[in-house]
Amino acid sequence: MGKLTWAAIPLDNPIQMGASLFVVLFIGSILAIVTWKGWWRYLWSEWLTSTDHKRIGVMYVLLALLMLLRGFIDAIMMRSQLAVAAGGAQGYLPPEHYDQIFSAHGTIMIFFMAMPFMVGLMNFVVPLQLGVRDVAFPVLNAVSLWLTATGALLVNVSLVVGEFARTGWLAYPPLSELQFSPGVGVDYYLWSLQIAGVGTLLAGINFVTTILKLRAPGMGYMRMPVFCWTALAANLLIVAAFPILTATLGMLLLDRYIGAHFFTNDAGGNAMLYFNLIWAWGHPEVYILILPAFGIFSEVIATFSGKNLFGYRSMVMATMAICILSFMVWLHHFFTMGAGANVNAFFGMMTMIIAIPTGVKVFNWLFTLYGGRIRFEVPVLWSIGFMVTFVIGGLTGVLMAVPPADFVLHNSVFLVAHFHNVIIGGVLFGAMAGYNYWFPKVFGFTLNKRLGQLSFWCWLIGFYLAFMPLYILGLFGMTRRMQHYANTAWQPYLVVAEVGAIVILVGILATIAQLTVSIRTRARHRDLTGDPWNGRTLEWSTASPPPRYNFAVMPRVESQDAFAYMKQNGTAAVPPGEYEPIELPSNSPNGFVTAFFAVITGFALIWHIWWMAIGALAGAVVTLLMFGWFERVELKISAEQLAKDDRARLSRMSVA
Amino acid sequence: MSSPSAAAAYDGVPQPIAAFGGGGPPPVRIVVSYGFWIFLLSDIIMFSALFAAYAVLSGQTAGGPSAHSLFQLRHVGVETVCLLFSSYTCGLATLFLARRRLKDAYILFGLTFVLGVIFVSLEFSEFAAMVTQGAGPSRSAFLSAFFSLVGLHGAHVSAGLLWLTFMMAQLKAKGPRPFVLRRILCFSLFWHALDIIWVAVMSLVYLMGARI
Amino acid sequence: MSDSLEHASATAPGPGDTDEEASRSAATYTVGLVFALLLTAASFMVSQAHLLWQPGLSVGLAVLAIAQMGVHLVFFLHLNSGPDSHNNVLALAFGLLIVTLVVGGSLWIMANLNANMMPESAVMEMQR
Repeated sequence: MGKLTWAAIPLDNPIQMGASLFVVLFIGSILAIVTWKGWWRYLWSEWLTSTDHKRIGVMYVLLALLMLLRGFIDAIMMRSQLAVAAGGAQGYLPPEHYDQIFSAHGTIMIFFMAMPFMVGLMNFVVPLQLGVRDVAFPVLNAVSLWLTATGALLVNVSLVVGEFARTGWLAYPPLSELQFSPGVGVDYYLWSLQIAGVGTLLAGINFVTTILKLRAPGMGYMRMPVFCWTALAANLLIVAAFPILTATLGMLLLDRYIGAHFFTNDAGGNAMLYFNLIWAWGHPEVYILILPAFGIFSEVIATFSGKNLFGYRSMVMATMAICILSFMVWLHHFFTMGAGANVNAFFGMMTMIIAIPTGVKVFNWLFTLYGGRIRFEVPVLWSIGFMVTFVIGGLTGVLMAVPPADFVLHNSVFLVAHFHNVIIGGVLFGAMAGYNYWFPKVFGFTLNKRLGQLSFWCWLIGFYLAFMPLYILGLFGMTRRMQHYANTAWQPYLVVAEVGAIVILVGILATIAQLTVSIRTRARHRDLTGDPWNGRTLEWSTASPPPRYNFAVMPRVESQDAFAYMKQNGTAAVPPGEYEPIELPSNSPNGFVTAFFAVITGFALIWHIWWMAIGALAGAVVTLLMFGWFERVELKISAEQLAKDDRARLSRMSVA
Repeated sequence: MSSPSAAAAYDGVPQPIAAFGGGGPPPVRIVVSYGFWIFLLSDIIMFSALFAAYAVLSGQTAGGPSAHSLFQLRHVGVETVCLLFSSYTCGLATLFLARRRLKDAYILFGLTFVLGVIFVSLEFSEFAAMVTQGAGPSRSAFLSAFFSLVGLHGAHVSAGLLWLTFMMAQLKAKGPRPFVLRRILCFSLFWHALDIIWVAVMSLVYLMGARI
Repeated sequence: MSDSLEHASATAPGPGDTDEEASRSAATYTVGLVFALLLTAASFMVSQAHLLWQPGLSVGLAVLAIAQMGVHLVFFLHLNSGPDSHNNVLALAFGLLIVTLVVGGSLWIMANLNANMMPESAVMEMQR
């Protein structure tokens, strides 16, 4: 069994054992409930083998929410440790454990929380906004989802069997080389990211093709919703950047598995090459996260101001400018590595330049709000919170873009505060805004407003309490990733930060409560018309939830904000002349089966169980070929069925 | 494609024509080939990261063998010609397929396969010889970069050969159905792209290395 | 998405496309093959015979390589300036931009980093 022995289970470590038991019991009880209630057939045919972009989107977001909990537990453990480990105190987490926690926290939050959340929202919304029936490659879409889930599973398995990397979320060599990290931790990190990375790349290809090639008749580029433009930019970045990640992690894997010397200290290896390549991926990655969030805010702000988005053209140009510029700034992550003044100056200037299109966007949002009849629903709260918070985070980023300033602040907690400022204020707030905004479309009933407001205020206040002290501490000289510290003057700030984390915890609990309460009271909050917010884009013209085929007849688009135009002209609730039968791809076990073999291959490679790895890889190839041999069966929907569904939808719309 | 009403649209944007994306979804064949094109571009970017690593590490021989001493240009010449001709036969085969001259298509795809196998065998024997000489990927950073870059290309070619075999079998079994033709179209895109990458490998790795 | 569109006569084909109405013939491929062979031979000659000013060797090889890649794109992949190739050309341009930034940027950065590294002798001194 390769390196795998019973010693891999952390029986000697109570915290890890407790966490492992919790994970095993949690998963075990879910499996038990599903079996006892006989839900396997339903789950398999309706969800696990679904190729419907709407179902896949829901599963992505579900994965993200679960991983948010896991990543947040890591965060609160770190905060608690730092709140007590002042002066001579060692806290309750030894360094070997603490290092795994901050590495897992970063890896999970970026790859298995933020990415799936955004990809999930894009999955659900983009085809509906484009007025089409599904993405370009629905089966590939399912494969992407399940490969991402595979990566998430492998990271969580490391909690129970073995250990995780202690190298931070980017696994810098030489620490991540075999010489200094001989255990399986770095291998867990590398294989789960390689597998998830393939899934993400395939999703990127899918969405670029969908947005550029599959749109309703009449929807030229300048009539696409802004969310689709930002999705396009983000997916172009995925297609361009993720191959670099695959290559770089691949090189590190070669170093660890066959003794190559890409990044080793000896035989000519160059660790700085890793930094360069990984950040050439890493910087576009953060723009991949934020661009869809920008798109969500554009949609939310326009809808709840009751007006067109201000400056559509400039929004589009700013988005594409950010897309291109994001590939010209990556050195600002390692100003201090010693490339010299010229190189630092160039990248410093480019980093400052990229703030300009972002500023254009902020002004456009403000001008959209100005003069509008603003309805302060929960998504708008998140948007306004974002505008304030993200601008502050952006300002600290531009500050650190000045290389001399960065020499003081690099790898201090000032940096940690900055990136949490923009990721929480930007990506997470955007995800929550999108979640609240589109929930009624996905499930057919609105979320509880009071609990949504509570969640927002807790997140907002909690964020500031948790991270503003870190800015101050960074200026005082506190570095990141410290398990304990000597300077007791820092402790009060860290206690405030701990309080902030607890307030955020209340916010997360409020979100969970919001979901459970809303489900229980759903009968009272049904969205009957499909358009609870008086929306402006095409997804609001379908039923809530939309039928499998989205649109009975593909809409003909006459303008930007297509649905708003249709409502204004009275063509929104007019039944189409005639219906034609349609064909849709049916379910496919392809994605799930691929993931099954991917999990086994990854696990086997991590533990050096070669026979298992070869077997599982062969299994994956054989099943891929088997699935490819047979032509896809299509699901046929008759014209009569379409007419019937549509009559029901239109009558509900006219009642409201 | 009938166009919407002649009145100016609400937003003042002129009537979209098909070329500016307003024509509605195109045929499946075009969507699939575009998606595959995007995949190929992503693959090229992955190779470029390895090229960058090779360029940075090409001088780091750690006292071991260098490019000049290892590269045999006659070998490389034969490999290049094989791959180039296999691209040619692949192109001709797709032409015959389009005209439904299936027997000729099979012959030419078969030639493509044979030429590809020759390429992979030559490369494999080159690698084996280097490893037995003590110039394997773990000898130095330069060799790690060389083996991974050229090896990844070889792995792509091998995967392509497997794919070609599968497509020939499927073509024989199912006939020139639309979904089979689409996949063969993707394969030919893949095969031509591999030759493009080989041009870069040949020039920047072998020809530069042998000289310097 | 309906597959009924699949059987409709195609709009002008894009890269890699072959279809019944294609006017391209074996001649396109043959011409491409000949050009590619010539460029390959030129690359070998440039590298081996002393035909080029030595410091310009890498530029010469790069130019020949790019030319040959262009031959492949035009003659084998049928990438042209027609309206249906638009998206493909744009995508290719985007890809080339990224490749240039990543490879060029990496070379520039790594060269500067390496130039600022302590010389071997001083490192050995420190380890004593």
